[in-house]
Amino acid sequence: MFIAPAVLLLTLFSIIPIIIALVISFTDMDLVGLADYSNIRGVGFSNYIDIFKDPIFLKSMYNTLIYVVIGVPLVVMASMGVALLLNYGSGWLFKSFRVIYYMPSITNIVAVAVVWGYLYNGCYGLFNYVLSWFGLPAQQWLQDPVLAKLSLILLAFWKSIGLNMIIFLAALQGIPRSYYEAAEIDGATGWKKLRYITVPLLGFATFFVTITTLIGWIQFFEEPLVMTKGGPLNATMSMALFIYNNGFQLSKFGYAASGSFVLFIIIIIVTLIQFAVKKKEVEY
Amino acid sequence: MALRMKKLEKGIMIALLVIGGLLMMVPFIWMIGSSFKPENEFTVIPPSLFPNHPTFNNYRDLFVKMDFLIYLKNTLIIVLCSFVGLFLNAMAGYAFAKFDFPGKNKFFYVILATMMIPGQVTMIPTYLIINQMHLVNTMAGIVLPGLVGAFAIFLFRQFMTTIPMDLLEAARLDGAGELRIFFQLMVPIVKPVFAVQGILTFIGAWNSFLWPLIIANDEKLYTLSVGLSLLKGQYGTAFGLQMAGAAFMVVPIIIIFIFFQKHIIEGYTISGIK
Repeated sequence: MFIAPAVLLLTLFSIIPIIIALVISFTDMDLVGLADYSNIRGVGFSNYIDIFKDPIFLKSMYNTLIYVVIGVPLVVMASMGVALLLNYGSGWLFKSFRVIYYMPSITNIVAVAVVWGYLYNGCYGLFNYVLSWFGLPAQQWLQDPVLAKLSLILLAFWKSIGLNMIIFLAALQGIPRSYYEAAEIDGATGWKKLRYITVPLLGFATFFVTITTLIGWIQFFEEPLVMTKGGPLNATMSMALFIYNNGFQLSKFGYAASGSFVLFIIIIIVTLIQFAVKKKEVEY
Repeated sequence: MALRMKKLEKGIMIALLVIGGLLMMVPFIWMIGSSFKPENEFTVIPPSLFPNHPTFNNYRDLFVKMDFLIYLKNTLIIVLCSFVGLFLNAMAGYAFAKFDFPGKNKFFYVILATMMIPGQVTMIPTYLIINQMHLVNTMAGIVLPGLVGAFAIFLFRQFMTTIPMDLLEAARLDGAGELRIFFQLMVPIVKPVFAVQGILTFIGAWNSFLWPLIIANDEKLYTLSVGLSLLKGQYGTAFGLQMAGAAFMVVPIIIIFIFFQKHIIEGYTISGIK
């Protein structure tokens, strides 16, 4: 009785959709098929074969790789650093800055797009104005193919520090003070305490944050959707955005579903590799 | 000497913290400041953080010229519905924590596994299901798919498992019905989880963008963020209006967050992510 509503809804909107997605990824389902199911034909693996010949999909895989390679280390290190700084004291100053660092995480993506779009504006934006202080030329933040990728990474970086910082902070608060006291008696300095006690004891939190951040960046989606729509010249197109475009803009449901399974399989592989690497590490 | 080093160290730490924090705040300051600027101040070079002639017109226009009142109403309906979902999650967590039934563990693992699936995989089929149920372009179609979530069920279950069974037995002996036990005994005990899940639910519902965008074709069903994206598309040069819309979405959530932020950090500590 207690469980029925939740399980029913989860089954209907999470579990059944996976099966449907798998089935339609082997069909040519599109808008015509949506109107009349008799128009849907099975096409075997041809969606999967076509997608790896699609230059836009290959481009989106490359872009996603860039996002992951730059974004993940940046977010993990910065959020750990901020958590360490915030854990240094307990006064009002530290408490208020905890809120400030978290604030971007809870802001609406469309509002973020509006504000950052204006910050990045080529003529009237703040960023170009700041560059002019240093005598640097104005940049086309969102129009230049290379720079646009970096601009999106900066925005996502700003937005994702907060949540990860909270996880690190919760972990830091779980470290017993006695470890530090013992180390101080042995004459350990601040740097050594950080290196030999704090960072190792944050092992699990680091693992958790790394894995969730990695999965998040592989699915990088909302930022390119609201900021650039994948442009210029597909330079910011991510795999998730490619799937969305094919599914909801072009109504190629079957093709998009096969793309989503490629994405899913990549996530599973990366997660399994992470767990394998984690197992090899020494437990403290 | 050691003490002076320590003071210096703390000074550097605070300086780093403050500089980083101020940089994080730039977009917010820019947004608030600009939302009070009259349109002609947006093209002034050099750009200013704060308006020279502050005006409330942008905010007024949101409600007078645009349909932000309707969008606000829709958003609040979604928020209310999501709180019903919160209770469903709590009930499911309760069942997993305190009842025995066949296939319980298998069920639980399947639910946990749904957390791993990227949203893009389920998005299209969920749309097809909603379409089959003739719920496209209805509030139910917007709300239903996101009503329950695996993470919340997991969190409730973890916390409720620690509550001793004796307490429940005692209540049953006193003749309390199952629903009464849940609402009068369990709900008060798991208040901390309700606090953290409540605020996360609120933030999620308030910010909901993509799904309403997909399901709602009728402007009467638009949420605030869909309305704002419409504004961004149609009034691309009306910076003041856009900024006021953005501020209208962001500021309430920040205020609510400031009130409840203590619970969020506690919540993460409770959930055992450490």
